[in-house]
Amino acid sequence: MSAPYAKLPAWVDYGLIPLINLVVAFLVAGLVVLAVGESPLRAAALLIEGAFGYGEGIGFTLYYATNFIFTGLAVAVAFHCGLFNIGGEGQAYVAGLGVALPILWLDQIMPWYVVFPAAIVGSAIAGAAWAFIPGWLQAKRGSHVVITTIMFNFIASSVMVYLLVDVLKPAGSMAPQTRTFAEGGQLPRLDWLLAIFGLDIGGAPFNLSFLLALVAAFVVWLVIWRTKLGYEIRTMGHSPKAARYAGIKESRIVIITMLMSGGLAGMMALNPIMGDQHRMALDFVAGAGFVGIAVALMGRSHPVGIVPAAILFGMLYQGGAEISFEMPQISRDMITIIQGLVILFAGAMENMFRPAITTFFATLGGARDAKPAPAVE
Amino acid sequence: MEYFDTLIVILQSTVRVSVPLILAALAGLYSERSGIFDIGLEGKMLAAAFAGGAAAAVTGSALIGLGAAILVSVFLALVHAFASITQRGNQIVSGVAINFIALGATVILGQAWFRQGGRTPQLGEGARFSTVELPFAAEIANVPILGPIYSNLLSGHFLLTYLAFALVPFTWWVLYRTRFGLRLRAVGENPGAVDTAGISVTWMRYRAVICCGILCGIAGAYLSMAMTAGFVKGMTAGKGFIALAALIFAKWKPVNVMFACLLFGFLDAMSIRMQGNELPLIGEVPVQFMQALPYVLTVVLLAGFIGKAIPPKAGGVPYVKER
Repeated sequence: MSAPYAKLPAWVDYGLIPLINLVVAFLVAGLVVLAVGESPLRAAALLIEGAFGYGEGIGFTLYYATNFIFTGLAVAVAFHCGLFNIGGEGQAYVAGLGVALPILWLDQIMPWYVVFPAAIVGSAIAGAAWAFIPGWLQAKRGSHVVITTIMFNFIASSVMVYLLVDVLKPAGSMAPQTRTFAEGGQLPRLDWLLAIFGLDIGGAPFNLSFLLALVAAFVVWLVIWRTKLGYEIRTMGHSPKAARYAGIKESRIVIITMLMSGGLAGMMALNPIMGDQHRMALDFVAGAGFVGIAVALMGRSHPVGIVPAAILFGMLYQGGAEISFEMPQISRDMITIIQGLVILFAGAMENMFRPAITTFFATLGGARDAKPAPAVE
Repeated sequence: MEYFDTLIVILQSTVRVSVPLILAALAGLYSERSGIFDIGLEGKMLAAAFAGGAAAAVTGSALIGLGAAILVSVFLALVHAFASITQRGNQIVSGVAINFIALGATVILGQAWFRQGGRTPQLGEGARFSTVELPFAAEIANVPILGPIYSNLLSGHFLLTYLAFALVPFTWWVLYRTRFGLRLRAVGENPGAVDTAGISVTWMRYRAVICCGILCGIAGAYLSMAMTAGFVKGMTAGKGFIALAALIFAKWKPVNVMFACLLFGFLDAMSIRMQGNELPLIGEVPVQFMQALPYVLTVVLLAGFIGKAIPPKAGGVPYVKER
């Protein structure tokens, strides 16, 4: 492509344009609220009140955000290599095994701080393993990773239903889930963290895996921007040709990136299984893998953007639940629409407003040699 | 004779469940052959099913329902086209977005309009499609072998079913025997050459995506107005992705698409049939295994272990005119 857009100041590129895209997405979502016959402004007020108005709400918001940080990072790491990992959902689902199996083995004899590292390693390995096959197929056989990861989501779902219904369910139980974990399989909650700010989290399952998510975000930043591996990943993402001429082993980088991506998605399973439900149930991922796509796009694939984007989606999940009490017309499905709109405006149409903004800044800058944006065909 | 009757029953339900797959996969074929990847088949089908069910419930006319289904699906297709052709955005991202918007909007609007938990009202006679009997179906039903095949397997389907199967040779003819088809395929392989010949790549791709929207609309209408009588929340249940898998499995060729869809439909019909029943020799096969089989087969094919699936060369790449 022949550099179609003129250079803009960094704050416009990373701040203003994503913000405008987000605002447009929410405006369209507001239209849907209007079509349903409710007031968008009141819905927004309820949303913010429900998500941040009181301790328990904040606890839930951050609990959901934890899931989305992991899955957002997973999608982002793959993006840096030019890969689109839609399989976060399936990788996290399978990683449930990596969390649940060590816990089922150790929870009655070991304290949580011994079980937790085992579960972290287990989840990362299981998630990475599920991402390995699509990664390997992309690297060695040229099968498009988007299609294979979609297929692997469905395969994961079938495998997990089979395992939960026919294998892991304790004898005599009706519900397709593992037994409830003993003390050793339950992560401590972070009530003290919010207590510092004088907030009481009540029954919110805000737990230690939130801190793990922040550590993961930092490690991702470190690896992608401060190591040789990260440099190679980004080179592959920008120009596979350049990477090849630089002697970077393409297939190795693709496979490693997919392993990292799958491992991150897999670690998401810790939060609901070990932090909240204390058992592995059917469909515990509940779409978090797909939210990761929206989070990564909104956060511009940078951990500094991903954490706030994840919190925003945590807010939508928690506040959305609150709205549905007051406005029964607006159920959780509203979040799905917003998620889609964010993906559409912040992802697929991210450059829609760029020409206008470029012209605006060009006229502001006067004689500076900013090339005007070409008309969109 | 008993086995034969069972076989006829399974094949008949194979045809029933294959129709939306065939329509959606052909829809994907038009789009992807022109170089626009479309993983939003699922969303378009779902939105169309909802629009069809809703419009038919309100107006009491199946044809208006079908029209509404096609309109909504084409609208979403145009959103995809605008994002991926005009805005040169990422086609996968755009497809994902459309799936989510359709998934959420159908439930929210359905609940707001009909207050039945995301369903549309049950469709009565006239508001849904009815089956048609082929001539003499009743007369020759008792003829051994041929009788059941004709009157149970070939006759007694919806008009949309016959339309879906007729669209297979029609699509082949359009793609391989018309100027439009030649250009459509060319634009998916080498848009630069088409542009040099003085044909607008943008307009060509837009038309392909509109074709995709129309067919997805028919597929959705079939789901909510023929197969069942009304829209149910999330009723596509992954059919769009199975269709996508079938499209790849068929290596982007129309006639293969039909066979791939029939194969995946057959697996689906078998898995419903086999629930709780044991197969001779193998024993009981978990339902989940049958459900996962289409995806597994597609991955194996993509891996190049059974032939090689080569997508259209310019697929997924936005076209930028030389400057």
